[in-house]
Amino acid sequence: MTKGWLSSLEKVDDYRWRLPTSYKPGMRVPGLIYADERLLRTMAGDQAVEQVANVAFLPGVVGYSMAMPDIHWGYGFPIGGVAAMRLNGGVVSPGGVGFDINCGARLIRTDLTEADVRPVLDRLADQLFRDVPSGLGAHGPLRVSNNELDDIMLHGAAWMLDRGYGAPDDLDATESRGCLAGADPATVSRRARERGQEQLGTLGAGNHFLEIEVVEAVYDEEAARAFGLEIGRVVVFFHCGSRGFGHQVCQDYLSVMEKAARQFEIVLPDRQLACAPLDSKQGKDYLAAMAAAANFAWANRQAIAHWTRGAFAHVLGRPAAELGMTQVYDVAHNIAKVEEHRVDGQSMRLCVHRKGATRAFPAGHAEVPPRYRKVGQPVLVPGDMGRYSYVCAGTERAMAETWGSTCHGAGRLQSRGAAKRSLQGVDVVGRLEARGIVVRVRNRSLLAEEASEAYKDVADVVEVLDRAGISRKVARMKPLAVIKG
Amino acid sequence: MIAQPPFETFDHTADVGIVGRGLTLGEAFANAAKAMFSLMVDLDRIEPREERRIEVEADDREGLLVAWLAELLYISEVDNLVFNRFDVDEISDTRVVAHAFGEPLDLDRHNPKLMIKAVTRHMLEVASVAGGYQVRVILDI
Repeated sequence: MTKGWLSSLEKVDDYRWRLPTSYKPGMRVPGLIYADERLLRTMAGDQAVEQVANVAFLPGVVGYSMAMPDIHWGYGFPIGGVAAMRLNGGVVSPGGVGFDINCGARLIRTDLTEADVRPVLDRLADQLFRDVPSGLGAHGPLRVSNNELDDIMLHGAAWMLDRGYGAPDDLDATESRGCLAGADPATVSRRARERGQEQLGTLGAGNHFLEIEVVEAVYDEEAARAFGLEIGRVVVFFHCGSRGFGHQVCQDYLSVMEKAARQFEIVLPDRQLACAPLDSKQGKDYLAAMAAAANFAWANRQAIAHWTRGAFAHVLGRPAAELGMTQVYDVAHNIAKVEEHRVDGQSMRLCVHRKGATRAFPAGHAEVPPRYRKVGQPVLVPGDMGRYSYVCAGTERAMAETWGSTCHGAGRLQSRGAAKRSLQGVDVVGRLEARGIVVRVRNRSLLAEEASEAYKDVADVVEVLDRAGISRKVARMKPLAVIKG
Repeated sequence: MIAQPPFETFDHTADVGIVGRGLTLGEAFANAAKAMFSLMVDLDRIEPREERRIEVEADDREGLLVAWLAELLYISEVDNLVFNRFDVDEISDTRVVAHAFGEPLDLDRHNPKLMIKAVTRHMLEVASVAGGYQVRVILDI
């Protein structure tokens, strides 16, 4: 471990801090951390900034090894890390995507108000808890054959739509229309398939959640209107990824990448950063398997969205379409994507790694859905289950500075152990219920690990994005019901 | 000197670390496996009713530790089993053969806790220490 990153940081402005290459021999580019002084102090206890320096070692990295304000200690990359590699001579690192490939968030709006759902909130939570399997040992109700799994890998969310899971315009409101090109089932192991077949259509556990929320503040009227959000409206927000399928793909390819790194003589400060050149067979195979896992995750969230609508329709006695349950957006926050960006005034294709970071494309970008083209891509930023979550919008400045990327959430402040110790004897569920939040959780004792105290205040994180100009605040929602594994 | 526990877990901001210790490398590996399953369920509630043979290979000791734990995690997930006893029959720097004992996960009886996504290579260490071996790894939660 290197000491003294705090004293090595150079202040660029109130929200940007530069970590020079002199900090650690081997850094190919400087680090750039988006934070204010207060958030910077929260990073002092862990190794997140050290990991920003480690990512800067990767061959072909362009510009900066970046960290969003929700940055915290991960494995390999920091969580909240963004790094782009040039296609020629650059590498792809599974550690820059994470085990939960295409972990992401999805937001569905409704025409309902809090007054409409309050009388049936317990029933709604019960129904969602039943219909969306979660927690340790959960199996999905969907049984797919090997051939069907191949199709899911190739087509993502669209596979679910073809089977009636969802509304046709869901794809318009999904990053990459819910399908990454280039997926190849032949690059995916039997083990990943087995884990995937068991877990398709499950939420998972840990920080994954499904919440019923209500919009409590709007900061940008035009964008909020475009997103279908207004104060007092109920929304559903959920967070999950590619389940055991993606975990196994990453696990498998880390072994491949360790060998590749040796073969290509790539010097790494952390084994978890194992990587291979983008133009090598290993690099291409990983990207094809990663795309398959990303598509699995989009299919997974599509199924969960469908059951969510079904639960609302059942409890409220009206079809989901009549309840105005359209999808606001679905974003990935653990992914590597080949995208077109401007480097030194030239257009260039780069492999952008976003590890706990969200794509945030600006108004006018061709990949922003037509209905949001004037305001920018919706960015979904979950907070913690006791406070609030945000919706933001992508900006030109993000495009110019962060490869069109922004934060993915609040970011953890405390380890699971520390959170549990500090909340010993505190009835976390009771505390939420006292504030009118309905809670359904498989394992009550572990809720302390996910309590508000364990996370940074997402309002602070979003404030930095907004002031640094890499995203614009649009709306804030507070939880009414929390469903967890 | 106070004897150190055979296994323990340690804090990491997003995830959880585990340490296994033993007089032999095999014992340290077995204890690391216990540490991992102790995060998922209460070990003392598991009855050793089923047995699985494990055989994994890797390029070095550290890689072997990851492969060993990842194999157990895979079996646990796909066969819905949890284990609390691990007999290591053979171990070298690149290969381990062992038997794991446990039973199907019972949500009512085993007090389910964390869901472990994977075994990372971050802070990975297999070390010879005074009186044996100590192994360390971070698990993705």
